[in-house]
Parts: sequence; structure tokens; C-alpha cells
Amino acid sequence: MRRFSWFNATSLTLGFVFLYLPMVILVIYSFNASKLVTVWAGFSTRWYGELMQNEAFLDAAWVTLQVAVSSSTIATVLGTMAAYVLVRGGRFLGRTLFSGMIYAPLVMPEVITGLSLLLLFIGIGLDRGIFTIVLAHTTFSMCYVSVVVSSRLVSFDKSLEEAARDLGCTPMQSFWLVTLPIIAPAVLSGWLLAFTLSLDDLVIASFTAGPSATTLPIKIFSAVRLGVSPEINALSTIMIAIVTVGVISASLVSKRSVARQQREELEAVKS
Amino acid sequence: MTQTVFAPWEEPREKPLIQFKNVTKRFGSFTAIDNLTQDIYEREFFALLGPSGCGKTTMMRMLAGFEEPTTGQILLAGQDMAKVPPNERAVNMMFQSYALFPHLSVWDNIAFGLKRMNMPKGEIEARVDEMLRLTRLERFAKRKPHQISGGQRQRVALARSLARAPKLLLLDEPLGALDKKLRQDTQFELMDIQEKTGTTFVIVTHDQEEAMTVASRVAVMDEGKIIQVATPDKIYEEPNSRYVADFIGDVNIIEGTAKKVGEDGYDITWAEGQEPFHAKSNLEMSDGQKAYIAIRPEKIAVSMDKPDGAYNSIKGKIVDIAYLGNISTYHVEIPGGKTIKAQTANTRRLSRRSFTWEDDVWLSWTLTAGSVLEQ
Amino acid sequence: MRRFLLIFTPYVWLLALFLVPFLIVLKISLSDTALAIPPYLPVIEWSEGWQGFKDFLSQLDFENFTWLSQDDLYWKAYLSSLKIAALSTLLTLLVGYPIAYGMAQAPDEWRPTLMMLVILPFWTSFLIRVYSWMGILGNEGLLNQFLLWTGVISEPLHIMNTPTAVYIGIVYTYLPFMILPIYAALEKLDSSLLEAAEDLGCSRLSAFWLVTIPLSKNGIIAGSFLVFIPALGEFVIPSLLGGSGTLMIGKVLWEEFFSNRDWPVASAVAVVLLLILIIPIILFQRNEQKAREADQ
Repeated sequence: MRRFSWFNATSLTLGFVFLYLPMVILVIYSFNASKLVTVWAGFSTRWYGELMQNEAFLDAAWVTLQVAVSSSTIATVLGTMAAYVLVRGGRFLGRTLFSGMIYAPLVMPEVITGLSLLLLFIGIGLDRGIFTIVLAHTTFSMCYVSVVVSSRLVSFDKSLEEAARDLGCTPMQSFWLVTLPIIAPAVLSGWLLAFTLSLDDLVIASFTAGPSATTLPIKIFSAVRLGVSPEINALSTIMIAIVTVGVISASLVSKRSVARQQREELEAVKS
Repeated sequence: MTQTVFAPWEEPREKPLIQFKNVTKRFGSFTAIDNLTQDIYEREFFALLGPSGCGKTTMMRMLAGFEEPTTGQILLAGQDMAKVPPNERAVNMMFQSYALFPHLSVWDNIAFGLKRMNMPKGEIEARVDEMLRLTRLERFAKRKPHQISGGQRQRVALARSLARAPKLLLLDEPLGALDKKLRQDTQFELMDIQEKTGTTFVIVTHDQEEAMTVASRVAVMDEGKIIQVATPDKIYEEPNSRYVADFIGDVNIIEGTAKKVGEDGYDITWAEGQEPFHAKSNLEMSDGQKAYIAIRPEKIAVSMDKPDGAYNSIKGKIVDIAYLGNISTYHVEIPGGKTIKAQTANTRRLSRRSFTWEDDVWLSWTLTAGSVLEQ
Repeated sequence: MRRFLLIFTPYVWLLALFLVPFLIVLKISLSDTALAIPPYLPVIEWSEGWQGFKDFLSQLDFENFTWLSQDDLYWKAYLSSLKIAALSTLLTLLVGYPIAYGMAQAPDEWRPTLMMLVILPFWTSFLIRVYSWMGILGNEGLLNQFLLWTGVISEPLHIMNTPTAVYIGIVYTYLPFMILPIYAALEKLDSSLLEAAEDLGCSRLSAFWLVTIPLSKNGIIAGSFLVFIPALGEFVIPSLLGGSGTLMIGKVLWEEFFSNRDWPVASAVAVVLLLILIIPIILFQRNEQKAREADQ
């Protein structure tokens, strides 16, 4: 018997109120008619309209999207390779250094990562812009991808790959035909993680972006430094809505497929 | 036409399909296979039997090509397999976990190996259907592995590994995941399929009953060495060592010293002041040499009175009775404190059983019931 | 050959974009500030070959580090970062543990939903979550409006631009990192252990102290490091919520670099921050290693 008491109920309720209230308030105030963000002056969608007119924000959003898609895609390829090397690569020269370089960026303060990459780009005379942000984002997010993918590979039944080899596959074929299709969900969630990290990142992008490319977080940061603004509230609401819909539908899909799998397994045992 | 017994290993002109020649395999400082030489013939059902860690799986993985011998050679149909990768060997393997591809249907799992052979589509379809029929899986062709039962999965794994018509099929604990009843049915099915396809099977198992049921020859392994290779009945009746006798079935082992009597008999003195046991053996042993006598419990008779004319008999007291339904095992303490197990078939009902705890009984067995062992 | 490419590609990428940049930071931290492009000296004169390299080496020194140790600002910033990170880790634990505990005790069918509710903020922009407090904590913010309205206070509280706001921000944004490992540990806990403890004479409270807490220790340690390590180098939270009233090293580094354009000092600040971080990182890895071994 689990003991779900009033104490548990209270701590859960308070906890989730704490987690969600600030965002709920943000969403509510994005529909505030007043420019004064702390005074409620009736419902309005005025700030959404103004946001849509704001070229600077739209440009930044477009840059952010380009950076996020390209960096997360490259990071997924590199991160999956790195995970495969870590889990299946056996021994090679500098393996410890390699795994160290995979894990270090996860705990490295962003200010240091950003600073060091900027100094590199300046050192080799690379003009800062979308390209340099993509390089920077790929570097740290490939490490996250490789952690996600390698934790899947560790639990991967190695005899599946051996069976593929036994049935006539070259090592390459066995990766494409067996390993990759099976670890695809982990690779996909690695991609999503890399995408979100890139979308969110302020600090590293601030260091590595040039005047020619400004990402949305940089834009938001410089706006909110001056204080709360209704336009930013509207923008935040849109971003929160996208994430909420995305996460909820993803969890529903995975919940359904798990339920279906369980049902089918049950039927298989009965038949 | 005369029915000949299948025993190619006794035919000097027969060429073996597989030859292990002084194969040693080390993992770091651990020796998994220790200078092993063994032939396996075509159409054999060869069982590698032993406890975990005895090297049986390593032998199988070397045949499949997942491990290479550290020294020595493995020949398949006369060809050295050293540098041949797993995908280019005419050898297929049925994995212990079955290793069915979870993202492919039963049909696609079976077709997987065929598609790698550049076979025309029509032929692939015909071959897969043939395999489905052989393993009685026609109804499940479209299902995914998680949608079928454990027994069906086992048959898919078998069909998939047989589809490429390998010269040699390796089975790694093929029935380990099935429950006892299903396992027994499947053992006969396996033998049936082996006979129908004429493929050479090498099976790895730690279950001695399974090895005895299916195999034409059983190799009992321990610590990287094959201790004895023989047909199941020989392994059981004529073990060559205490290890084999003890590993296969239940056995009483009595230690003593040998003394030659007549042409092929020995007296084994096992305790001061007791009459020695008598047994027949072809072994050459010097007088006073340490020897063991191994007797299966079912070969020992239990009686109230001293049997007339028995070659070996001894009095003891029943200390324990294990009633197993069809048989009962009596644990009888003999002078010197040793306990001997004797089995009798329960042909009568329990209520009419004649012996009970603390009864004094006589144990007796014939000259050929026990095997004399040197080690 | 393929194996070589497989290892080579990610390896070289990380060498070029992780290790080399870091070595550059190390090198610049040993250089001197200069009014030039790039704004530091010495620069290696490749044209002078080996002699150029030796000249370059001889000009490196620890001057920036000496500078860091003498200037109060840096000392205070490091100490205050450590204090803020440690205290907010403790606060996060105090807030997070009951939530994780409640989740682990909740009926089975609720748990996936609760889990999703904890993970959802993690996918939401960090910046937006920090920003959402700005409208609440300000002098005319909603919290003060609410408290004034209920009559609890008569004067608005000054929370915004104080360390308190930074604590709230860190607890809020890093809470999921604390909840998830503790929940993972508590979920594995067999409830019959608690029943056994009570059967053997424990009260509920002492069963909690003697059984639940020790068995969730690994989760507590993991969660604490996951909050402490990033909090130490945090930049966004102190600069949005802390104002000029809070000193944190991430912010100092940022300002040293962007406002003062003092690259060598910024690099030295980064190197020292990393040296401070190495200890908790190694401890964290050890804890993870032990937990993995215990699982096997």
C-alpha cells in the first residue's frame, strides 16, 4: 500500500503552483491592454499584433530557427557517432580524453564555453555570424546527444547486431538496417534536446554571434534588461504554447504506443 | 536394405565438417579454451554441455566468427576460417535471446538473411514461405516479434537461421527461455527439423537432459577442455571421470583402492573391515592404485533381507526418503557414515510401500552396475 | 578505415572546438592587456620560428592571477557565488524533496502526468522562466500588490535586485534537476521496507529518517550537484533578478569581457572558476560511478 496522505497532496499542490504560477501570470498579462505591465486594464491581443509587426524580432526568430535546425542536425550526426564510439568503439588511442571531452561541456559554465569559442574564432580570423553560432551550438549539444544516445546503446542487446552480421550483413549494413532503426527514438529525442538547447541559449550565442546575426534570446535579453515589456510577454506566451503543445502531444503519442505494445504482448501470451 | 547406425566418427574414411586443431582462446589472462582438438561430422547433432564459464559459448562464437582463436586453427569443410568474417561464413546461429529484430515482422525477420544474398525476389518469397511452413508459423507472418508468444519467437529464430540453408547451424541455449513442458515438445521438434533439413547442428546447453535427448554426441566440457565426447548412452553408462559421472544425472561415488581380480575385474577396498566391492572394467590399473566406483542410484536394489548371490551387498539404515511420484529415492547410511542413494520405481501405491525411516535394509548391485574410474 | 572515420570526425571536432579554445583561454590568461587588435600581448610571431615561440613563452606570466587575488572585487565575487550556489542548492533540496516524495507516493496512474509536469518547464525557455519573475518580484510587482492588498505589509518589499530574488530564481529554474534524481531514487524504494521498519517498532517519522532518507541519498547528492554546478557559473539569473546588488562570478566575467574589454583578466577569471568547479565535478562523477556500481 502506498501512503498518499494530505501531506503529499499539499506538497505536490504547492510545488506545482510554484512551478507554474509565474508562467500562468505571464500568459495572462500578455493579454493585458495596458502598457503598464503590472496593472490590469482589460483583455486585448494588441501586443501580439505589435509583435507581428516587429521586424527585428521576426528576423531574430528566423536566425534562431536556422541556427537551431542546422546545429541540432549536425550535432545529432556527430553525437550519435560519438556515442557509438564510446559504447562500441573498444579501445583506441586517447579514449579517456575523448570521453572527457564528451562529458566536460555538460558541466562547463556557459560563460567559459562562450568565451573560449569566441577567442578561437577571433584567433583564426573567422567572421562571426550564423555560421559561428552553429559551430558553437553544435559543439555543446553534440555532447548532450551523445549522452542520450549512448545510454540507449548501453541497454541495446548486442546480439541483435551479431545476428545481423551472422545473417550476412557487413558492419555498415548492420548499423543502418538494425541498430539505427531500433535506437531511432533515442536519436530523435537527442535531436529535440539539441534543438531546444540551441533555441534557448543566450550566453554562448551572445559571445559567438556577430553584429550580422542576432538570435531571439539575445533580443529578448536586451529587451528585458530594461524591465518587463508586454511585447515580450506575448512572445513568451507563444513560445510556452508551442512547447506545451509539443511536449503534451509527444507524451500522449508515446503513452499510446506503450499501451498498445503492452496490450499486444498480453494478447500474444494468450494466443 | 539394412538400417545402419549413424556414427560417422567411427568411420576413418569419413571427412569431418568441422575440425578444431589445437585451438586456444585467451581473454586477457583468462584461458577460455585450452588447446582443444575436436572433429564434428556432417549431419551430426553435436551438443556442448557444461557449467557456465566452461568455454562452450566461446567455442560456438568462434564457429560463428565473433571470436578468433588465439592460437590453433578451425577448419570448416577443410577450409581455414581464421580471416573469414561472420557474414561470409556458411554458418548461422540461433541466439539465446533469439535476437529477433523488433522493428521487422516475422516474415521480414526470416527474409533478412536471404535479402543479403542477392537472391531474386520470387525465390526469397518461396524460401520464406517454406520456412514458415516448416516451423508452423504461417499464421503469424505479419506479426511483430512482441506480438507472438515465447515459443513462437523461438521458432521464428530457428526459421530465420535456417533460411540461408547453412552448412552448420549453431544453437545457443535454444530452449533456455521456455518453460519445461514446452521445452520437451520443442526438443523433439528440433530433432525432427534437423533430420528433415539434414543440417549439422551444434547446440550449447547447460541442461544435461536436453543434451541427452537431442544430441547424436555429447561433449562434456570443463574449464576450457572437453572431458569426454560420446553418445548420450555411453556418457551416462560409461563416464570416463568423476566429473562426467557427477555432471550427468545422479550418482554415488565411492573412493577406494583397486586390486586386480581375474581378466577384467577389480576389487575396490573402500573401508577397513568391510568386504570390498567388485566391478568389471577394461582399465589397466596397478594394485593399490587409488580408484573410484560410480554407481547410479537406479542400479542399486533395496531389500529387507540379504539377497542371495549378489556380487555386491551391504547393510545400512534408511535416513531419508524423497518421494517423487514415479520413483522414490532412499538415502541409506552405510557403516563408516557414508550415505548411498538408491532409487526404486513406485509400481505400487504409497500405502503399500515396504520401507520407512530408520529401517535396516540391504543394498545390492551387480558386477557391471558400477563404473570404475581412475580420476 | 570506416572505424577510423567514425572515431576521427567527432574527435577532431571536439579537439578543435572544445580543447583548443580552452587552451587559448589558458594562454590569454597568462598574457597582458594591450590597446591593440587582438587586445592582448604577446602574440606568437610565427615568422620568427622557434625563437619567436621562445620569446612568446618568456613573456607569459601570472600577473592576471596576482591581480585577481589582490583585487577585492574578484574575491568577493567568487565567495558570494559559492555562497549563493550553496544556499540555493540547499533551498532547492528543501523545496524539491517533498515534491519528489509526493510524486513517488502518488497513485501509479498519476505518475506519468506528474512526471510530465516536472519535465515541461525544462523544455520551456530558461530565459522566459527567469523573466517571468521580474513582473512578480518588482516593487510594484504582483507579489507586493497582493501582500499590500491583503494587509500583511504596509510598505512594498524590496526583493527585486537583491540576492533574495537570485535565490528565488535559482530555486525556480533548477527545481526539476533536483526533483528528477530524487524521484528516481524514491520510486525504486520498496514500500515494504517502511512497513518492515514500522513492524520493527519505528514511528512513521523515524522510519522516514532511518529508511527513506538514507535510501534516497544518491538521488539527493546527484540532484544537489546538478543544481550547484551550473548555479556557480550562472549569468542570466543574477543579471536579470540580482541587479547591481548581487555579485556573481559569471556576471563579473561577462562584464570584464564585454564592458571592460579586458580579455586577459576575463580569461583568468574563467580559469579560476574552472579550478573551483573541478572539485564538485569530480565528486559528482564519483557519486554517479558508485550509484552505477550499486545498481549492477
